[in-house]
Amino acid sequence: MASNQMNKNLSVQDMIKQNKQKKNLGNAIEKIVPIFLLLCAVVSILTTIGILFTLLRESILFFTKVPLTDFYFGTNWSPWTEHFGVAPLIAGTLLITAIAICVAVPIGIACAIYLSEYASERARKIIKPILEILAGIPTVVYGFFALTFVSPLLMNIFPDMRIFNAMSAGLVVGIMIIPMIASLSEDAMSAVPKSLRDGALGLGATRFEVSMKVVLPAALSGIIASIVLAVSRAIGETMIVTIAAGATPNLTFNPTESIQTLTAFIVQGATGDTSYHSTIYNSIYAVGITLFIFTLLMNILSQYISRRFKEDY
Amino acid sequence: MSQHVNTSQIKSRVNINKIFKYLFIFAMALAMLFLAALIYRIVSQGMDYVSIDFLKNFPAPYIEEAGIFAGIMGSIFMMAITAPVSIIIGVSTALYLEEYAKQNKFTRFIQINVQNLAGVPSIVFGLLGLTFFVYIMGFGYTLIAGALTMSLLVLPVIVVSSQEAIRSVPQEIREASIGMGATKWQTIWRIVLPASIPGIITGAILALSRAIGETAPLIIVGAATAIYTIPDSFMSKYTVMPIQIYSWTARPQAEWQFVAAAGIIVLLVILLCMNAVAVWIRNKFQNRY
Repeated sequence: MASNQMNKNLSVQDMIKQNKQKKNLGNAIEKIVPIFLLLCAVVSILTTIGILFTLLRESILFFTKVPLTDFYFGTNWSPWTEHFGVAPLIAGTLLITAIAICVAVPIGIACAIYLSEYASERARKIIKPILEILAGIPTVVYGFFALTFVSPLLMNIFPDMRIFNAMSAGLVVGIMIIPMIASLSEDAMSAVPKSLRDGALGLGATRFEVSMKVVLPAALSGIIASIVLAVSRAIGETMIVTIAAGATPNLTFNPTESIQTLTAFIVQGATGDTSYHSTIYNSIYAVGITLFIFTLLMNILSQYISRRFKEDY
Repeated sequence: MSQHVNTSQIKSRVNINKIFKYLFIFAMALAMLFLAALIYRIVSQGMDYVSIDFLKNFPAPYIEEAGIFAGIMGSIFMMAITAPVSIIIGVSTALYLEEYAKQNKFTRFIQINVQNLAGVPSIVFGLLGLTFFVYIMGFGYTLIAGALTMSLLVLPVIVVSSQEAIRSVPQEIREASIGMGATKWQTIWRIVLPASIPGIITGAILALSRAIGETAPLIIVGAATAIYTIPDSFMSKYTVMPIQIYSWTARPQAEWQFVAAAGIIVLLVILLCMNAVAVWIRNKFQNRY
C-alpha cells in the first residue's frame, strides 16, 4: 500500500528513472562480486607464493653461509656449535615415519576392509564417528599420551630405553594416522561396485577371497594414495615428536634411542634463544624447505596415483 | 562323475575366511582400544585437577594454583578473528570456483593449489606466519599474527568443504531462479548460499575445531606460555589451550602431568561439543532434493 501511494505521486518518467538506478546498482553488484570472489581465491595462491618466498629467502641466506653439500651430506647436526649436517634429522624423521607406517598400514587397511566388507550398516554407523573422534584429537594430546603412557609401558619391555625415544613417538604417530588410512581406504573400497562382489560371491568365493582378490585390487590406487598421504602426514607431524621423541639429533635407526626430527628441530630452533637473521635462525628455514619438499612430493605423488590409476566402472 | 568336490579344501577356505574376519574385527577393536586407553589415562590423571579454580586461574608456578583461564580466553579470542577471516575468504573462493570460474588452466591451478596447501605441514604455515606477519608486517608475537596464520592454515579445508556443499545444490533450482528473472548474484545470494549453508557451517566448525587443537604453528609465531592477562586488543600477547598444555608437559617435575591432563580434559570437552554441534547441524539440515 505504501509503495502504491508513493508511486502515485511519481510521474512515469521518475519511475523509469528509479528503476534504472536500481538496475544500475544491481549491475554494479553483478560486476563487483565476481572480482571480489576472485580476489579471495587468489589468497590461496598468495599463501603458496608466500610460503615459497619465505622459505627460499631465508634458506638462500643460509646456504650462502653453509654450503649446500655440507648441509645435505653432513652427518653432524649441532647448530649451536655451527655444525649443520641435516642427515641426523632426516634419519630421525624417516625412523619415526617407518615405525608409524608399520603400525598404521596393517591396522588402517584391516579397519577399512572390516568397515566396507564385513560390518553391518549399524556397526558402521557407530564405528565411523568414533574413528572421526580419533582423527580430531589434537596432536599435543597424542604427544602427552606417548610420553606419559606409551614410553613407561615400553620401558618395562626394553629396560635400557630412554623416556624420550623414537619408538613411542613413532607408535603414537602411527595411531594418529590410522583413521586417515582407514577412512580414505574405505572410501576407495566402497566405490567398488557391488556387482563385482556379487559376481565373485556367486562363483562361490568366500567373503575374504572377495575382499582380497576383487575389492582390494580394484581399490588399490585409492589405498596406495591414502598410504602416501599418511606418510606425508607422518613426516610433517610436529607435536608428538617434539614432546616424546627427545631433542637429540642422532644418526641412528635404533628406535629405543632419543632422536630429533626435522619438525622438532624447527620448534626447538624457533623457541630457543635464536636472534633474527642469525645462522641458526636461517637454518630453521633450510630445514623447513627440506620438510616442505618432502611432503610436497608425497602429496603430488598421492594425487597423481589417485588420478592416474583411477578405475572407471 | 566330475562332481568331485574337494570338501577339505572348501572347509579350509571357509576357515580362512573366518580367521581373517576375526583378525579384521581385532584390528578395529585395537583402534578403539587406543582411543579408550587414551581417554581413560587422561581422565584418570586429570579429573581430580579439573575444578572451577582451574578454569578461572592464570598459569602459576604452583600446581594447586595453576589454571587454564588465559588459554581458554586466548583460544576464544583467536577464533573470533580466525573464524570470520577464514570463512569469508574460504566461502568466497569456493563460490568463485564453483559458480564463476571458467574451466581453464587458471581455475585448475587454483584448485590444485588449494589441494596442495591442505597437505602442507602446519609447522610450515608457522614459518610463513613468523616471517610474514611477525617480522615483515611487524605485528610481533601478537594475537593478530597468530590468528591470521591460523586462518591461512584452515583456509584450504574450508574451501574444499564449501565447494562440496555448493556443488550439492542441484542445478535445477539455480535455473528456476534465473528463469524467474533473478540475476546470477541474486541466485547465488538468495538460493544457492542458503541451501548450502548447513554444509558450509559443518565444514567450518570441523576446520575450526582443528584450529583450536593446533599447537605447532602457534609455537613458531610466538604464543607465550605465561600470560597473566586476557588479550585486550589485536596486538596483545596471548596464549591458547594447547600451548598451555604443551608447556605443562615440557616441565621436568612429574606432577605437572596431572595439570596437563586436566588441561587436555577441558580442551577435549570443548572439541567434543564443537563436533557434536557439527554433527547435529549435518543431521538436522541434511539436504533433501
